[in-house]
Amino acid sequence: MLIPCPYCGPRDLSEFTYQGDATRVRPDPGSTDQAAWNAYVYDRVNTAGDHSEFWQHSGGCRAHLRIVRSTLTHEVKSVAYARDSIHERSRA
Amino acid sequence: MTAHRTQRGGRIDRSRIIRFTFDGTAMSGHSGDTLASALMANGISVVGRSFKYHRPRGIFAAGIDEPNALVTVIRGKLREPNVPATQIEIYDGLTVESQNRFPSLSFDVGAINGLAGNLFAAGFYYKTFMGPVVGPLKGTRFWMFCEQFIRRAAGLGRAGYEADTDRYEKMFAFCDVLVVGSGPAGLAAAQRAAAEGKRVILAEQDGTLGGALRWRSATIDGQPAAEWLDTTEAELRAAGNVTILPRTTVWGYYDDNQFAALERVTDHKSAPAIGEPRHRQWTIRAKDVVLATGAFERPIVFPGNDRPGILLAGAAARYAAQFGTLPGRRVAIFTNNDSAYEAAVALRDAGAEIAAIVDLRAGISPAARDLARQAGGELLLGHAVTNAGGTKRLREIDVQPFAGGTITDRGKRSIVVDCLAVSGGWSPAIHLASQAGAAPVWDEALQAFLPPAPSQRWTGAGAFAGKFSTADALGGEFEVDEAEIDYAPAPVFEIRPAKKSGKSFVDFQHDVTASDIRLANREGFQSVEHLKRYTTLGMATDQGKTSNVPGLAIMAAARGIPISQAGTTRFRPPFSAVSIGSLAADTHGHFKPERLTPMHDWHMQHGARMYSAGLWYRPMIYGAGGETIEQAYVREAAAVRESVGIVDVSTLGKIAVQGPDAGAFLDRVYTNMFSTLPVMKARYGLMLREEGIAFDDGTTWRLGEHEFLMTTTTANAGKVMQHLEYYLDCVWPDLRVHVTSVTDEWAGGAVAGPNARKVLEVCVDGTALDNDALPFMGIVRGEIAGAPVLICRLSFSGELAYEVYCGAGHGTHVWDALMAAGKPFAITPYGLEALGTLRIEKGHVTGAEIDGRTSPRDLYLDWMLSKKKPYIGSAMVDREGLVAEDRVRLVGIVSLDDRPLNGGAHIVERLEDEPRDSIGHITAVCYSPALGKYIGLALVKGGKTRHGQRAHISDPLRNRFGPVEIVSHHFFDPEGSRMHG
Repeated sequence: MLIPCPYCGPRDLSEFTYQGDATRVRPDPGSTDQAAWNAYVYDRVNTAGDHSEFWQHSGGCRAHLRIVRSTLTHEVKSVAYARDSIHERSRA
Repeated sequence: MTAHRTQRGGRIDRSRIIRFTFDGTAMSGHSGDTLASALMANGISVVGRSFKYHRPRGIFAAGIDEPNALVTVIRGKLREPNVPATQIEIYDGLTVESQNRFPSLSFDVGAINGLAGNLFAAGFYYKTFMGPVVGPLKGTRFWMFCEQFIRRAAGLGRAGYEADTDRYEKMFAFCDVLVVGSGPAGLAAAQRAAAEGKRVILAEQDGTLGGALRWRSATIDGQPAAEWLDTTEAELRAAGNVTILPRTTVWGYYDDNQFAALERVTDHKSAPAIGEPRHRQWTIRAKDVVLATGAFERPIVFPGNDRPGILLAGAAARYAAQFGTLPGRRVAIFTNNDSAYEAAVALRDAGAEIAAIVDLRAGISPAARDLARQAGGELLLGHAVTNAGGTKRLREIDVQPFAGGTITDRGKRSIVVDCLAVSGGWSPAIHLASQAGAAPVWDEALQAFLPPAPSQRWTGAGAFAGKFSTADALGGEFEVDEAEIDYAPAPVFEIRPAKKSGKSFVDFQHDVTASDIRLANREGFQSVEHLKRYTTLGMATDQGKTSNVPGLAIMAAARGIPISQAGTTRFRPPFSAVSIGSLAADTHGHFKPERLTPMHDWHMQHGARMYSAGLWYRPMIYGAGGETIEQAYVREAAAVRESVGIVDVSTLGKIAVQGPDAGAFLDRVYTNMFSTLPVMKARYGLMLREEGIAFDDGTTWRLGEHEFLMTTTTANAGKVMQHLEYYLDCVWPDLRVHVTSVTDEWAGGAVAGPNARKVLEVCVDGTALDNDALPFMGIVRGEIAGAPVLICRLSFSGELAYEVYCGAGHGTHVWDALMAAGKPFAITPYGLEALGTLRIEKGHVTGAEIDGRTSPRDLYLDWMLSKKKPYIGSAMVDREGLVAEDRVRLVGIVSLDDRPLNGGAHIVERLEDEPRDSIGHITAVCYSPALGKYIGLALVKGGKTRHGQRAHISDPLRNRFGPVEIVSHHFFDPEGSRMHG
């Protein structure tokens, strides 16, 4: 599998570290809502199809990327710096 | 010259005699022979015994699809079992043994299984080893006892016990076009891509290029096929942009056109050249790939179809034309398509007598008729072979009229032959395309699964794509003269005489018969996946290359559905056997990277015995002549408590945390507060994971308003870095913080002991070191021997101690200066064992206690959990399960029998109990010079509440049992007066 790192170019999977589901939203740090924290830490949907996830280019520029990948074909549908996408989300 | 060697012809070098040994008998062949062709030339008809029934079996194919002729290759003390004889190129000194026979190939006691045939039908193991559910043997171990004997009788070759001494290596390659297979289709594709200036890799499984051009007759652009092959190969070799990899099997097709290929570099040589690996494992990334993997011929299933002397028609032609070897003198052909007529002519041209051509079809193409005339012999259209006789060599075949699927007894007769060449049609080798994720498509005309539309960047060529003629394989631009035969077979896969006359084999290697498949159908195992697992059809080492399609066809017929509806299993890597050694290759042994501290050479020069800690090498002890490990570390630890010692701490993870929000960030990642830490002060910090479990600990130093130097444990340096980067990138991108790994930039030494300050006072310039200038957890900058240093007064040992950091390049220089300054105080370098002893005496935790399961409370670190702010893990650290009474918590233990303790040993309340319930386990042990006892740390249910209680260690693996006392983990100087002093 190749991941097109926006900084380094297309690179082999072995240079990356999977960093988890990018759809989960961390509760407000001061929140004591156990159900929300539990969902954030443990609950995952086992998506068959397009899945948004974080990958770190740990063997390269070390940036975290937000990638939409099909879990059925391993096709990478989109790549963005995680930082940018988080900024966008907080602006929205 | 032997009985089966032809007078002339073949792509073998008759001037070169090669000597090898088969089952202890010396034999010879020629350069260009495979073991299979050489055995055939030597008149060997039985090459192995079958898996279940121990039936004598002969060579059946000529390529990787060979199901019968598996042998064990012996090199010195090494044994490599289950290698197809068709894949072994002979060399001088080759030694092989046949398999699954006892005591010998010609007389095998296991053959008695053949008489008990019905016992060993499909599902035998499932049915038998459930054991009886009623009767006197119910619930006994009798069945388990029988199982081992039955399993021993069924089997393949035996691996050796010696460690593999061969060397393997890995290669990575990139190309514009990867061509898999070097038959006419592959060669033409490589030629075209090379002409366009592309970087081409041409991978060929065999030792020589050419595929079917080596044995099929055709004229290409006016040249005989073999000559065209030699010209084309020479051109490709001369081109600068083509890499030819012979003896290379592309066995895996992965995402984004990544391929795994195994190159057998020296398996065909008596003596490898210096430095040559045995196998080379290639990872190839190709922009485009041409799959020109050819096709496998299928057998026809009929009673006795496994007799030695019966083989695939294409293979027979190949033995005759490529290897100059005849599979028999008097040959019959049995076919459902035209291609076997070419084989008949090839055999005839090589000197065999064609007794008869038995064709299931009533009518054949004019081209086939022509070929039949050339071949000679009787042409029996609308006939079938219904039985084959002969045990160790085919003697005769029964032939009967066959029409519309019906066999008639009238006209039945026997034909005496010593060889039967069978063709049941061709199955394209679509394995790689299937691995790439595409489901094959059933072609009614060709009666075969064809590759589907590509799901990745591949194109198909030649027989792989159902284009079986040489002209179609080459593509349009060549003038080809060849017999224009029809490749569409009659849709017949099995001949089933009304009267059962013997076993009809589908999967030769696993001894799966047609009736096994029908039994699976009757018992409900109808889907291909169930069929495969229930009967083991296609699960042998050949992965059903000859048996998959006939097996499916027989199941479809039994169910009364078309083959297209029966479905097919997906092919998975590897396409053929891959050596385990080639997969491991350089990732073990001397290619593993080593991380050495700046003072490594000094340690080695001073008698250090090294430990590997991850990739790092750290001194375990500094052995002073004749000491045991225990004597050495006890001496070193005692020296620290009595005077002063020095230990290399360069391996600790070090991360520069910089930026205006650095303090706020550390407040979030540590459980305790860092934003309030004054500049030039350090603090011990604890990190949790989100779920409230302890993750890592270490001291973090504030070097400026916006600048911190974080230290982590050696083992977790990488994980902590990734943890910080994740939160900055994915959770809090608004924080203005940058993290940089600086582990390798700093060399560090910890100077510890009552005389530590005196040592520093001798050698440190530019700063005062007294209690006011450098209090506990204070930091100063100074110089040692002209090198700038950063000194922090902190203690892991519990003594007055200083960590001295300098640039990595100054490491040994500063270390030498510290040693010189410490000389009057008999400064003692100490290793990890002494470091561990000192920390156990103090009850400080490390990775043995922060083991990914313990919470801060379990470690009595709850005093570090800030109530003033949220941090990673704060919301979940108080969950019910993490504060439960019966959790294992940190305690100290003392051996009461004055014998050493073992890490990992369980702790129980009473040894007499059966079973003994563990109440915890030991995490770290040492002999404590300060206490004069064997002590340890442990995680025990109830923790503190058990202080003062007796318990026992239970360590059956090391046979160590004995009484211990549970005490506080703060064994030594619990008030900390020594380090504050």
